[in-house]
Amino acid sequence: MTRAEKNLHTGRRGILLGGGGLLLATLWPAASSRAATGMLVEDAPAPFAPNTYIRITPDNRITLILPNIEMGQGIYTSSVMLIAEELGVDLAQVEMEAAPPGSAEITGGSMSIMTEWMPLRQAGAAARTVLVQAAATRWGVGPESCAVGSGIITHAPSGRTLTFGDVAVDASKLPLPKEPPLKAATDYRLIGKPQHRLDSAVKVEGAAVFGIDVRVPGQKIGTVAACPVVGGTLRGLNRDAAMAVRGVVAVLVTDAKDAVCVVGEHYWAARKGLQALRVEWNVGPNGDVNTRTIYDQLHEGLKGPAIVPSPKGDAESAIAKSHASYSAIYQQPLLAHAPMEPINCTAHVRPDGCDVWTGTQVADRARDTASEITGLPKEKITLHSQYIGGGFGRRLEHEYVTQCLHFAKQVNYPLKIVWSREEDITRDRYRPAYVDEVTAGLNEKGRVTAIKHRVVGPAVVARWDPPELTKEGYDEDLSVATLVTPYSYDAYRLEFARREAPGVITAWWRGVGGTRGLFVVEGFIDELAERAGVDKVAYRRELAKANPRAVAVLDQVAKDAGWDTPVPNGRARGVALQFAFGSYMASIAEIEMPAPDTVLIHRVTAVVDCGQVVNPDQVISQIEGGLIFGFSAALYNEITLENGRVQESNFNTWRVMRMNEAPRRIDVRLMDSREDPGGIGEVGTAAAAPVLANAMAAAQGHRYRTLPLLSPRNLEKEAVR
Amino acid sequence: MQTLRVNGQTHTVDVDPDTPLLWVLRDIIGLDGTKFGCGIAQCGVCTVHLDGRPVRACALQVSQIGDGAITTIEGLDDADPIVHAVKKAWIDLDVVQCGYCQPGQVMAAVGLLKTVKNPTDDQIDSAMSGNMCRCGTYMRIRKAIHLAAGEAV
Repeated sequence: MTRAEKNLHTGRRGILLGGGGLLLATLWPAASSRAATGMLVEDAPAPFAPNTYIRITPDNRITLILPNIEMGQGIYTSSVMLIAEELGVDLAQVEMEAAPPGSAEITGGSMSIMTEWMPLRQAGAAARTVLVQAAATRWGVGPESCAVGSGIITHAPSGRTLTFGDVAVDASKLPLPKEPPLKAATDYRLIGKPQHRLDSAVKVEGAAVFGIDVRVPGQKIGTVAACPVVGGTLRGLNRDAAMAVRGVVAVLVTDAKDAVCVVGEHYWAARKGLQALRVEWNVGPNGDVNTRTIYDQLHEGLKGPAIVPSPKGDAESAIAKSHASYSAIYQQPLLAHAPMEPINCTAHVRPDGCDVWTGTQVADRARDTASEITGLPKEKITLHSQYIGGGFGRRLEHEYVTQCLHFAKQVNYPLKIVWSREEDITRDRYRPAYVDEVTAGLNEKGRVTAIKHRVVGPAVVARWDPPELTKEGYDEDLSVATLVTPYSYDAYRLEFARREAPGVITAWWRGVGGTRGLFVVEGFIDELAERAGVDKVAYRRELAKANPRAVAVLDQVAKDAGWDTPVPNGRARGVALQFAFGSYMASIAEIEMPAPDTVLIHRVTAVVDCGQVVNPDQVISQIEGGLIFGFSAALYNEITLENGRVQESNFNTWRVMRMNEAPRRIDVRLMDSREDPGGIGEVGTAAAAPVLANAMAAAQGHRYRTLPLLSPRNLEKEAVR
Repeated sequence: MQTLRVNGQTHTVDVDPDTPLLWVLRDIIGLDGTKFGCGIAQCGVCTVHLDGRPVRACALQVSQIGDGAITTIEGLDDADPIVHAVKKAWIDLDVVQCGYCQPGQVMAAVGLLKTVKNPTDDQIDSAMSGNMCRCGTYMRIRKAIHLAAGEAV
């Protein structure tokens, strides 16, 4: 950390404790138990701050500043493990702080462990090296004669010990090694060994502070109604009825007139005020968009020009020359995120600075938007990142921070906005709808000679991170399961016909390319195996034979799930194989369908090769939860529009899988691997739709190529079958 | 004025009688462990106990409570063997992910074990199906309830 950064930290602490930004300090227990409970700390100035991740004070308070935000995936625990492994401290010894903008990373795309695997260990190792050097110098001994454990440096020959805190000041004056040596995998004491989550206790006690729980002295609470049609604006507003509600203090409108906020002494006053508010909207150009409009446009995109990224061979002529060809069209809906914690943000805008409290996967963007809207320089914005009550890609968007700032800049008190669940679902930014057509050339045995795959839909990256759209206009996220696959083809042609959905803003989800791509490809491969009359595991094994890690997980899952044993009466099994987010997984679902609209998921078996595992039980937890998140979407979920208005609005119309519908059993095996770590947060979700659709196809004898699987659209066909 | 007994303390709050208990707890008394999820008693993240039975605080108007005793996650008695066993099982099995629904899950689980000492899977599913978890921690919750049931005996 530079001197300027240190001053910034010290200065920020001054503001927090002295001014209107005083936050939750009073809620924190004493420092010693803070470490154990997983409460987040903020801004502990320290003499030894060798990098943006570590701070150690002379009283041996060890704070680790974590670049990725915790939203359930267990990254705080894993990040601490990576640093602690090399630093030489115990997990229960450290306090955790969410990294501020500037050193926070974007948290998404299952990337955290892949990104942080080297830098966090290097940071720990570099810090340990100079701490040991400082102790050795004080003792007049060689550093190689010193050992480190639990934050204590020991000189065994003389029995002397010093804590990290004892040498923090000395260590801060020593040059850091650029490339400190890292432990061999065989020496790991933490990595690869199950560690309890550091945030369990605080969450079980209800003491974890999520964005929605932030309480700033003097704050008021607002709830929001944005125009129900994207692109519409306010036509008329009568504040009287709202202002007459007891506890309502203000009715605010954004400069762009696209949203109103009723502010109250508490949420219920604001909510009643909003219900009483007389508001009329000009719906704008999207007032006639219906679900049909969106799907029609996607289906039209199956014809006509397309981008062809990285073709291999001449798939079109190979298909034309093949013994036979086979095509199928798949369709997938818009999806909401609906994390359990509704969208919220708290901001206090003052002439000299601005504090923002929220849960965000994009800390820098949240800070930057606050700077832009308030006109304050970035260094006057303090972002207090909170635990996230479910991300799933929703908080890769920061428009709610922008919206909060537009309201908060109009008032002189700290303003917390809390969206109703209805606002959360109807004004979400949605996982796009897609239509895909896949065509295979086949030989006499029904084996693939070539594949042509057309994807029609939006390029999410074009809005979210425009420079990442290729010159040709391709969104590389769409390569997952298409260009990036465990299978090998002699000729392969991916085509992308971009169609941006009217009337909605599309965004990331818990995997976009991976989840959408695997549903199509693993369904299609299943169809080819059926057509060829070949066992579905065997058919995949042949296609994946050049990829030993893929074959290994496939064979192992077949063994673990008893694929070759008879299916119990009334049940059916489906399989899926994937390489996505840097990890391999094969999965088998065993289900029963007592009625066309009822799917009992008895058991899911998964085998994962995600390279070197950091925290094994949390990998398993992510697969279990990821599958269930994906099953909700696969079975039930579709955002629909009528006259530009989203029709689903709360958990009575946006169905989420409940405990009684969840699988009775999910067995996850992790392969032992020393490959670099892959991602895991989206891996289970990506498998959910294909493995379930394949099992349902086996159960019913016919296949749904349209999600959600239990949509009225699919069930109506069932009724006339 | 409404008078409420929460976690053994009496609070007199100046709110409309139709105000849901949830918002009195969160925004007036300052007990944030009880969460907001849907506002229509669909998701269970706001589960508290009224006279020991799990209820949804988002759909319970303060005027309906009378002199009933409200217990929130903050007010669970750790000396109670069931409470202790539930919290310990949740931590031992690393049930939580994002954690937002977990106070409600814990309240529902404690409520279940108060009435059914050793629930079957079906009894657990039926008692817990009103508590959604978007992270999908259901299997661990089920396992943790069995574990707690065994330990609390």
